Amino acid sequence: MFPKGTKRKFSDSGEEPVCSGDQGPSASPAAARTLSSSYSLQRQSLLDMSLIKLQLCHMLVEPNLCRSVLIANTVRQIQEEMTQDGTWQIMTQALAAAQCPADRLVATEVLCRQTDAAAQAGQSPKPFPVSGLEEGYHSEEVVMDGDVEAEVTMSSLSPVSPQLSSASYLPGPFGMAPCWEEEEEDGDCEEDEEEDSEESVSEEEESEPDHLRADSRTGEQVFGTFEIKHPAPPPDPALEELFSDVDPSYYDLDTVLTGMQSTPKMGPYDLLESLSSHAPTALSSSSSCRSDLNELDHIMEIIVGS
Amino acid sequence: MGEDTDATPTLNHHGFLPDHNYVTEADIISTVEFNHTGELLATGDKGGRVVIFQREPESKNEPFSQGEYNVYSTFQSHEPEFDYLKSLEIEEKINKIRWLPQQNAAHFLLSTNDKTIKLWKVSERDKRPEGYNLKDEEGRIKDVSTVTSLQVPVLKPMDLMVEVSPRRVFANAHTYHINSISVNSDYETYMSADDLRINLWHLDITDRSFNIVDIKPANMEDLTEVITAAEFHPHHCNLFVYSSSKGTLRLCDMREAALCDKHSKLFEEPEDPSARSFFSEIISSVSDVKFSHSGRYLLTRDYLTAKVWDLNMESKPLETYQVHDYLRSKLCSLYENDCIFDKFECAWNGSDSVIMTGAYNNFFRMFDRNTKRDVTLEASRESSKPRAVLKPRRVCAAGGKRRKDDISVDSLDFTKKILHTAWHPNENIIAIAATNNLYIFQDKLNSEMH
Repeated sequence: MFPKGTKRKFSDSGEEPVCSGDQGPSASPAAARTLSSSYSLQRQSLLDMSLIKLQLCHMLVEPNLCRSVLIANTVRQIQEEMTQDGTWQIMTQALAAAQCPADRLVATEVLCRQTDAAAQAGQSPKPFPVSGLEEGYHSEEVVMDGDVEAEVTMSSLSPVSPQLSSASYLPGPFGMAPCWEEEEEDGDCEEDEEEDSEESVSEEEESEPDHLRADSRTGEQVFGTFEIKHPAPPPDPALEELFSDVDPSYYDLDTVLTGMQSTPKMGPYDLLESLSSHAPTALSSSSSCRSDLNELDHIMEIIVGS
Repeated sequence: MGEDTDATPTLNHHGFLPDHNYVTEADIISTVEFNHTGELLATGDKGGRVVIFQREPESKNEPFSQGEYNVYSTFQSHEPEFDYLKSLEIEEKINKIRWLPQQNAAHFLLSTNDKTIKLWKVSERDKRPEGYNLKDEEGRIKDVSTVTSLQVPVLKPMDLMVEVSPRRVFANAHTYHINSISVNSDYETYMSADDLRINLWHLDITDRSFNIVDIKPANMEDLTEVITAAEFHPHHCNLFVYSSSKGTLRLCDMREAALCDKHSKLFEEPEDPSARSFFSEIISSVSDVKFSHSGRYLLTRDYLTAKVWDLNMESKPLETYQVHDYLRSKLCSLYENDCIFDKFECAWNGSDSVIMTGAYNNFFRMFDRNTKRDVTLEASRESSKPRAVLKPRRVCAAGGKRRKDDISVDSLDFTKKILHTAWHPNENIIAIAATNNLYIFQDKLNSEMH
């Protein structure tokens, strides 16, 4: 890790760990161990810092794409190195043992789980993806990727649940409803939902039972935090089953509550679009649908200022 | 390279309260650009305004006021917008201004924010017609019955008025944030680059543009690289270069294909494995790329260095200049406070012998390519009285020998960053944007370029 067994100097207390690809064979084991423990501590703190930055990215209305990409690449790099070192496995196990680690970002935990599951499935851990960069950019981009379909189906096209209709739409024109932008059936990449759920987790403690970001592909999708209430996830196939069993309506509540707390991502026209497109889907009664539309008209009037 | 530079008084003070360190955000200058003769200097700010300065013609009566820049015109170029479809605000901050070469009495410039490019016409009016038959002096329509004789209207001189009018609006072509615009040497087309795409426009056609570079991956999760800057070759209208966040430069030839995703040349310096760290990629991200005036070289700026590349050598840069290497050990802190993502610009002098770029603490640096000498100067009110000669500054690395007047690395002010600089095309006059202040320095001793 350090060329020819030389000790590294720290001129800055926040010194970044210098990472070289291979272990210096002539490094004395004791020295290497002491140095490497501080190195891995610093690497871990860098990972945490990067993940925080990425979450903050998502909270901004228009994230800087270049910055997001650079931070995500850094996280990927750390993840790859940790996987090579084998510390990724260690961290996974440590986090699995602990119930809810207080001083670790939940995202790290999730990363571990996903990668761990993938590793168990015999795949090499997939590189840390940068999904969620669609934030703010997806109205013109249609991702025709079949893989994301499963996820999208869960979040964006779920029917309007009674919880949703009652909880939202009341106060401001910038609705509490999640941002359903393109209502196409063929699976748009709705990263907004992901961000919404991330923020909800980081900001609130709801008595929600396990709600997990649907991800039919393990080791890939995740970008951000979610709350995992159960400590030890079952291996790969069971994981998928677990996801598929989650009631979509929980997503709605999640995103609704998130919408209340994050910056409004939905404009008046989005609201209109989402409502009108959801009107035909299964509702408990047509009257509630009609009342929703009436409310919408009312809100539109306010917005337009007539 | 002349090291004695005179400081002309700072211009554009508005928003700066001298007793406090408070700066109106809208006044922060976001771009600086000389026109092709150097007679005009345009600045854009975060509030969407453009201020154009004009150089006073030299007069024999007052030799000291020769060549000073004064405000010529101010106008609001872009307004804040709201994208209803995405529920996002579009900032009115002017990201870039580029002048068109002058072809008639009027001046034209392109200004762009994150999404929309506008072509502005700047013209002077110093005469107005007088003696209308149907209108009186104030412009009111005359009663026809009072008109007894006819006269021919004549043009009379009036106080100089500068009129600015928008001539074209090039909108709705960019999903991502525009970071560069560049006018082609054919004077007919220009390109605009955002994070993932580059579009080619015709100056007269606003309703369509051609996409010439697209690096957006099919799956956004696979995105690892973005476009950071782009520029046309100064003489060959088919060549352009764009830089990426991974530190690569790609020279593209538009004759080869309609979509220039395949580069003609790829300029990349191989990574030094012993210097590798988690921040290697971030600090290698190119923040600005500029062709030399000759068209033979490229100047790039990444976080810690400025590099000169020869167009004929792709394997490594010709010259590498350390701008502030003392920050190399501070990268973790700079990552934490986001300074590591600052995008510094760079500039050539007219003869391509000196390069200039900004740094922190209101410092900017100049490197003479021939003598290999470099200098650090400061753009601040305290250190530059009008007509005073700028004193070279020095930053001493931690633990180094400290001389008098040296600044230590730990006392650098990272909020005072010189991101935007410009060099007069022919003379040794430079414009430095320090937050909301514009400094113009002239080298009186060596006003001729060599």
